Amino acid sequence: MSTQIRGAEVVMKCLVAEGVSTIFGYPGGAIMPIYDALYDFRDTVTHHLVRHEQGAIHAAQGYARTSKTVGVCFATSGPGATNLITGIADAMIDSTPVVCITGQVASHLLGTDAFQETDVIGISMPVTKWNIQVTRAEDIQPALAKAFYIARSGRPGPVLIDITKDAQFGLTEFEYKPFGEIRSYNPSPKLDVEAVKKAAELLNSAKKPYLLVGQGIILSSAEKALVEFAEKSGIPVASTLLGLGAIPANHPQYVGYLGMHGNYAPNVLTNDCDVLLGVGLRFDDRVTGDTSRYAKQAQIIHIDIDKSELGKIVDTKIAIHADANEALQELTKWIEPKKHDQWIQQFRDLEAIEDEQIIQNVIHPVKNELKMAEVVHKLSEKTDGRAIVVTDVGQHQMVTSRYYKYKESNNNITSGGLGTMGFGLPAAIGAKLGNPDKTTVLIVGDGGFQMTIQELGTILQSKVDVKIIILNNNFLGMVRQWQQLFFEKRYSFTDIVNPDFCAIARGYGLEAVKIDERDQLDGALDDLLNSKGAYLLEIVVEQEENVFPMVATGASVSEIRLS
Amino acid sequence: MEKLYNISIFTENSVGMLNRVTIIFTRRHINIESITASESEIEGVHRYTIIAKMTEDQVKKVVGQIEKLVEVLKAFYHKDEEVVYQEIALYKIPVSVLMNNMDAENIVRSHHARILSVEPEFAIIEKTGHAEELKLLFDELKPFGILEYVKSGRIAISKPMKTLETYLEEMSNN
Repeated sequence: MSTQIRGAEVVMKCLVAEGVSTIFGYPGGAIMPIYDALYDFRDTVTHHLVRHEQGAIHAAQGYARTSKTVGVCFATSGPGATNLITGIADAMIDSTPVVCITGQVASHLLGTDAFQETDVIGISMPVTKWNIQVTRAEDIQPALAKAFYIARSGRPGPVLIDITKDAQFGLTEFEYKPFGEIRSYNPSPKLDVEAVKKAAELLNSAKKPYLLVGQGIILSSAEKALVEFAEKSGIPVASTLLGLGAIPANHPQYVGYLGMHGNYAPNVLTNDCDVLLGVGLRFDDRVTGDTSRYAKQAQIIHIDIDKSELGKIVDTKIAIHADANEALQELTKWIEPKKHDQWIQQFRDLEAIEDEQIIQNVIHPVKNELKMAEVVHKLSEKTDGRAIVVTDVGQHQMVTSRYYKYKESNNNITSGGLGTMGFGLPAAIGAKLGNPDKTTVLIVGDGGFQMTIQELGTILQSKVDVKIIILNNNFLGMVRQWQQLFFEKRYSFTDIVNPDFCAIARGYGLEAVKIDERDQLDGALDDLLNSKGAYLLEIVVEQEENVFPMVATGASVSEIRLS
Repeated sequence: MEKLYNISIFTENSVGMLNRVTIIFTRRHINIESITASESEIEGVHRYTIIAKMTEDQVKKVVGQIEKLVEVLKAFYHKDEEVVYQEIALYKIPVSVLMNNMDAENIVRSHHARILSVEPEFAIIEKTGHAEELKLLFDELKPFGILEYVKSGRIAISKPMKTLETYLEEMSNN
């Protein structure tokens, strides 16, 4: 005779069957049966108690991205569930596989405005890849198996499962069945080899072919295929924000970082190439600037796993709906070995201009206050570009993406599409736990740090070894920069009065140091990197520093400003 | 240029699907002119016909986003000339109009409408056709007094011969 177990226990058994070893969450009334079941699984599954549900989802995102698995978080109904929404939206736009499990009021109370009842399915519908409400214990197993399958397959994304309290208490038989397939969902499209051949022909005949890569390379583990393709074809490679690290920053064909605060050469020459190959990116407006003046001279080939991205922003000559890894391997077969030295030299010439007018001034300044870029540059050198570097959102983020030279993949953890301030600290916690062997450094602004500062409590309780660098300019710097450039310096509510960050950090048991002099920087970074356990280094930087180059809103990428 | 498009969507029959589809329109500030949901020729597959005004570029992208939904099997868009479509309207009029007035009878006849039901106080007239035809009958009956009027959304079947089953087979072979 088969034994019956509670729905809550089914949840835990499914998670174990899916290989989940880490959960971020916060208990509450409607998810108590699941937390009760979790108590018996403490040896196999580590639960990290966050201090706010937003922390749970961002930590799950960071974890997913460094561990290359599905991040998991728990929250209760009502406010617990709604607090997840920002992170779910972030995971959606940045294609991060996350499974969120929320408790819900008992099914007979649904729709009655019961205590802590909210329509989380309705609320999360536009920001999840898929969601489902489960009201019966026997439906939990298939729902969870389907959730993991959907979250991690195709273009990854967040999935939410809302489980009513009676379903958690309900008894059912359990047998784990991994999910097979969904007839309406095809996450592994068959590669159109003819289209790949046509793309190869176009690239073979190109004088100035140009390859743009995004996070799709990382998500499909196409790093090796990318380097092989690049080296055989001789084509210069530029990266989006989320693609950083897909190709090592010191690769001879790597020509830089695209977009609004990216490098000069890769932006300008977008409007000079003759064939543009985009792989695993979605031509976000921060990458393209004005699309009516974006690569109009070029024939565009776009490879993406998400069919709806093809032709969404730019008109493509050849659209290939495929996994990046598979498509690049096939493309390498048909591409002719070539060198494009002269063409790459064009990038290097423009790079020299940026180097002289901007980079040298900010990474090796000799007077005045510390600059963000010199901190990041030094950190990049000290860690050889091999640390996991997590950022929040704003000027420090753009400076980090410009000056941290990522040599390895899966190390760049940032909120790209949604631009979520407050992402950094909890994401860094998850990032460290997802790959504990690597040094994990969080670079965060004084504004964003305070949006999720409570997660220092998670660091304290779970003993997470995160190295925190606050670049403190006492401003909401990116908005201030825009106010300076586009709103006549009317600094409307961007000056921020900050607390004593070091005192707060010490209150949570972290070692903490504050510096404001250039000659302290070297030693302070060494101390940070050599510290045992979590550490906070507050660095006071120039107040009104601007991040350049910059493609202003409405401008074309080739109109990128150097000052 | 904006025009009316017929969007046909084939989905799994699960709770909330209609919402998943309509928020794609809402987010882009596209007003849905009419919407009809029903079963299709395949068991378990539901079919929506949505009529909305937008540019061809928009409709392409909207259909792309709809197809991206995990539980949508397939979505198509067509211009009016590429589909055969129909709507149905019901008109409730005082029964005295029919009894006492030859004009009303002639109107019903000439519009090929039919009388669905006659009660002591009212009669229900039914007409199928395109929206303009239904409106024409409405306008002609109006002087006699219309007690109630209701019209369905459009349903449409595309002229191309490829069946949904063929698409499904192609999808599972891919």
